[in-house]
Amino acid sequence: MATAFSAAKFTAQPFPLNPASTTSHDSSIVFAKPTSLFLGSTRKLRLTSYSKFNLSRRSGTVDAVSDVVKQKKSKSSPSLLITKEEGLELYEDLVLGRAFEDMCAQMYYRGKMFGFVHLYNGQEAVSTGFIKLLKQQDSVVSTYRDHVHALSKGVPARAVMSELFGKTTGCCRGQGGSMHMFSREHNVLGGFAFIGEGIPVATGAAFTSKYKREVLKEADCDHVTLAFFGDGTCNNGQFFECLNMAALWKLPIVFVVENNLWAIGMSHLRATSDPHIYKKGPAFGMPGIHVDGMDVLKVREVAKEAIGRARRGEGPTLVECETYRFRGHSLADPDELRDPAEKAHYAARDPITALKKYLIENSLASEAELKTIEKKIDEVVEDAVEFADESPVPARSQLLENVFADPKGFGIGPDGRYRCEDPKFTEGTAHV
Amino acid sequence: MLGVVRQKMLGQSLPKIRPAVSVLRSYSSAAKQMTVRDALNSALDEEMSADPKVFLMGEEVGEYQGAYKISKGLLEKYGPERVRDTPITEAGFAGIGVGAAYYGLKPVVEFMTFNFSMQAIDHIINSAAKSNYMSAGQMSVPIVFRGPNGAAAGVGAQHSQCYAAWYASCPGLKVLTPYSSEDARGLLKAAIRDPDPVVFLENELLYGESFPVSDEVLDSSFCLPIGKAKIERVGRDVTITAFSRMVGHALKAAEILEKDGIDAEVINLRSIRPLDRSTINASVRKTNRLVTVEEGFPQHGVGAEICASVVEESFAYLDAPVERIAGADIPMPYAANLERLAVPQVEDIVRAAKRACYRSVPLAAAA
Repeated sequence: MATAFSAAKFTAQPFPLNPASTTSHDSSIVFAKPTSLFLGSTRKLRLTSYSKFNLSRRSGTVDAVSDVVKQKKSKSSPSLLITKEEGLELYEDLVLGRAFEDMCAQMYYRGKMFGFVHLYNGQEAVSTGFIKLLKQQDSVVSTYRDHVHALSKGVPARAVMSELFGKTTGCCRGQGGSMHMFSREHNVLGGFAFIGEGIPVATGAAFTSKYKREVLKEADCDHVTLAFFGDGTCNNGQFFECLNMAALWKLPIVFVVENNLWAIGMSHLRATSDPHIYKKGPAFGMPGIHVDGMDVLKVREVAKEAIGRARRGEGPTLVECETYRFRGHSLADPDELRDPAEKAHYAARDPITALKKYLIENSLASEAELKTIEKKIDEVVEDAVEFADESPVPARSQLLENVFADPKGFGIGPDGRYRCEDPKFTEGTAHV
Repeated sequence: MLGVVRQKMLGQSLPKIRPAVSVLRSYSSAAKQMTVRDALNSALDEEMSADPKVFLMGEEVGEYQGAYKISKGLLEKYGPERVRDTPITEAGFAGIGVGAAYYGLKPVVEFMTFNFSMQAIDHIINSAAKSNYMSAGQMSVPIVFRGPNGAAAGVGAQHSQCYAAWYASCPGLKVLTPYSSEDARGLLKAAIRDPDPVVFLENELLYGESFPVSDEVLDSSFCLPIGKAKIERVGRDVTITAFSRMVGHALKAAEILEKDGIDAEVINLRSIRPLDRSTINASVRKTNRLVTVEEGFPQHGVGAEICASVVEESFAYLDAPVERIAGADIPMPYAANLERLAVPQVEDIVRAAKRACYRSVPLAAAA
């Protein structure tokens, strides 16, 4: 296909990110091992030849293969990517995400949860792979498919479940709901219902981090922001505007595309002129990387580099994770348009089964230990449901709270206190 | 045209034209039932088959059969050229629609909800609404922006806002808010045939509701006039104006009030811009009391405009201050009990009507 070919020329050249430094080139990793049937449903659209192009060209985007990774691939006996503790931590997080979302579906069909609920089943590797590398002060910005991002970042399962039930003990006191998970303590900045809306917000958070370091002189401020969004968002103007500014100002942000090939019922291939999202990075001056989002270890390796880049002040990265959602777009979606063969293909690449296999084969953990973790997570989720069930609904008086940070809406006076608390302010004709 | 004649003949019977079906609610044996969803679907279908320049564009309108199944079956009938699935680019495809309208096509642009229209509002206001004026009549924009508006159930703050007041404040736009299936069919057909930009605000919770429709409504040339309100229930004591889903609430409130000896007149506004001031004022001059009901935010809302209009034109006829019922002045909460408090309920309308009639009522919810 003509367009694909001409694009290949572009992406094959290493993009000079910063001509002076060479380190940035080396730190970009490629996982050139082609994943078969990436574009599973393309057969229907007669683009099989396109996918063949895909496999050979993908390696062209990136500049170099990191030595560390090359080493690992060459040995057949493990030089392992993770330690036992890390492995168990990752496994626990994956299972928590899955068990929680399955419980959400159950609760929804029992009427405890309502409105729009979008579940993350199948995509857990992306959340775990990236977020488990962050510090508490790093920020995560997500979309409406945000339950698992919040959980991975450390928001307690109880708080998330209560929020979903609309109870006052939820992380947003029941006022936000499934699509609006916020946590100041864990730096989860939402939870946005409009796709693309979170990207400028994430870029702003990264901007603040850089600003704190350079203008406010907090020299140790190296907070990184992760922006999660989907393939549908990558056609939206806000995405491009932010890629531009993030690269221009070298902001400490990683743009993580969870490409699950479907935006509700719209296939990525029907909506996008060039479906290779990772190529949009170099167009704006940042590395663009494609990774198998069903494999948590691969995601983790890429994430390490991308987050490391951001932390060192080398600027943004665009990471496209090829992943899949096992359920429909939301619990109200009948999910009729997706090919069952495609679904089966990805179900066979379930990230939890894959990690389990890796841990056992490399003797990092035994079946029993993993079973213990699963049991523990079941208890955590059950406890979360019980807690949410027993929590009270918001009081009537809560209806009008939190509209403003300033309780009466009169603003803050010159003395730094709320004007409404100043008795002098309410003299005369002002009626508070 | 039929609709206009019918309005004038309200209350009288004319052998040739059958009166509005809802006034004859008790005579339901002859009428068929139709959901609002089917009404919209059939209107789109008929207009698209009548005029090849009409096309539908939006997210999930084609293969998914419409995010709320409004455009079900249209892709099979008219093909992907005329029923276009778009990427998630509201600003982009709203702008493309306006451009197509400049050059003579008749786009129907669907927003999955009107909350998403905010991403395209620059095109709705600046490209569509103002063009005819700026070009001194050379560029008319026969476009329809349609989609669900207002609160649904438990969908949170970013999916629940009502945009009637926002769009209705802008000169150059026509803003329609159907309630029943008859409204949906007639107003959508009128909107598609209209040479000006129309913002067509539906309501997700009404899509599944069934209303009786007469054969006249099912006729493919059926059309309702833009700018005429409909008196759903004739009364003597207090006028209640409402639009979209609130009309249903107002009618229920009227039944409750009847038991208390208050005979309420319920007006279904149908058209927010142009607002049917003459019908509203004529009604207030008859009843002398007014309650306005809307789902959206109170400040600068539709009720505020109606109140101002009545004060300007019928001040001497008012026996009581105008009562405004609107949504709570907060972003829509998620928790189910809070959401119920944030949207007007039938009891709120009953209380307001009683206050307007100077009956003693328990204090309303703190506003």
